Amino acid sequence: MSGPAGVLVVGASAAGLATAEALRRKGYRGGLTLLGAESHPPYDRPPLSKQVLSGTWDTERTRLRQPATLSELDSEIILGDPAVGLDVATRTVRTASGLALSAEAIVVATGLRPRTLPGQGELTGVHVLRTLDDSLALRPALLAASRVVIVGDGVLGTEIAATARKMGAKVTLAGPQQAPLESQFGSSLGNLLGELHAEHGVCLRLGTAVTGLTGRHGRVTGVRLDTGDELPADVVVVAFGATPATEWLAGSGLRVDDGLVCDSRCRAAEGIYGAGDVARWQHDALGTSLRLENRTNATQQANAVAANILGEDQPYVPVPHFWTDQFDTKIQVHGLPNGDAEVTIVDGSTAERRFVARYQHNGKVAGVLGWNMPKQCRLRRQEVVDALSAPVP
Amino acid sequence: MKVTVDEEKCCGAGQCALLAPEVFDQREEDGIVILLDAEPVESLHTSVREAASMCPAAAIELGESS
Repeated sequence: MSGPAGVLVVGASAAGLATAEALRRKGYRGGLTLLGAESHPPYDRPPLSKQVLSGTWDTERTRLRQPATLSELDSEIILGDPAVGLDVATRTVRTASGLALSAEAIVVATGLRPRTLPGQGELTGVHVLRTLDDSLALRPALLAASRVVIVGDGVLGTEIAATARKMGAKVTLAGPQQAPLESQFGSSLGNLLGELHAEHGVCLRLGTAVTGLTGRHGRVTGVRLDTGDELPADVVVVAFGATPATEWLAGSGLRVDDGLVCDSRCRAAEGIYGAGDVARWQHDALGTSLRLENRTNATQQANAVAANILGEDQPYVPVPHFWTDQFDTKIQVHGLPNGDAEVTIVDGSTAERRFVARYQHNGKVAGVLGWNMPKQCRLRRQEVVDALSAPVP
Repeated sequence: MKVTVDEEKCCGAGQCALLAPEVFDQREEDGIVILLDAEPVESLHTSVREAASMCPAAAIELGESS
């Protein structure tokens, strides 16, 4: 397969690297450039809230590829130089250091930026967790902390709470939902996750939004809740969502609406594609536009983008998948379960804390969730595939 | 081609078993990868390469580029 004369991938994390690898695997031999904002070679993010934070892995283990494997990619890798602008007509990306990089095809894989609370930048002791450097900064803070508050009742917040608790910190988890991950898991399994945290000594302050931070002499002292209460803390981790890193596309003429808007081929404009957390694309089988912030999507979407760059013209119609490890519990989710769906336990039992749950919406399987049953859950994934491929009534 | 897996990195996603079921399976109890064939025949190389690249935990390493 010949493909374009040159491909520039903006973003050197999981999606960017996987795009480059998929292009080569599919036989592309043209010029390939990988541009990364961070100075680290491509590394993996899921361990940052677990193994790296807890100190069980050194940073070297998070490398996505060994140096020899990276050099086999036969690509130019530019690190520590964020993209600052894109000219769509000439397909030229400008970087912070002043480079102008042009290519026949450009892949936008710039990921996410964590949301922050007002005033967060002026207070020490307040952390986010997105990058390797964030994780390395948070670890000593947690070890020295006397009281930690995690703001955020989603996947990242609960993972950090579990890790911080295992590290011995006194942890409070705050968020607006009645139970952690309730909007995805529904109330019964959200409550089960809440129980797991409570059993391990995490204090849950849920069902109440966090309105801001309190501080003294430039140091955080706690978080304020919309009930008027204040949760005292000397370390606060803000993990209540992230926004697509699309600021650098301002003025490019590309459509940005909670992510770079792409068609069913993950194409934002002629020769310009989006992959990973940053991309919102049209999922033909679900009949809606979707943006997925998970690790599996980063590689799967990269694969689809590489195929389309090389002219395969295939819609990207994945079965979404994510997993989370919290304490000794491994949770796998295939499909898109949501809080309103009807939940049935189809393997194992909640009493044993080992089961697969099926989520049905209007009689159609929307997703399956495995709780300490990853293989059985993966086998049930087919039910989601069947529901996706069934004709829309 | 020589395939190795890092059980400690494996997150139990099972993508490898979906993409190359002749070469990868998962343990019943915890979903960790089982390597069924460390030296797969050439006809399987494409799917094994895809599985290694698509592994969301980068737990599959391939030796030799042939």
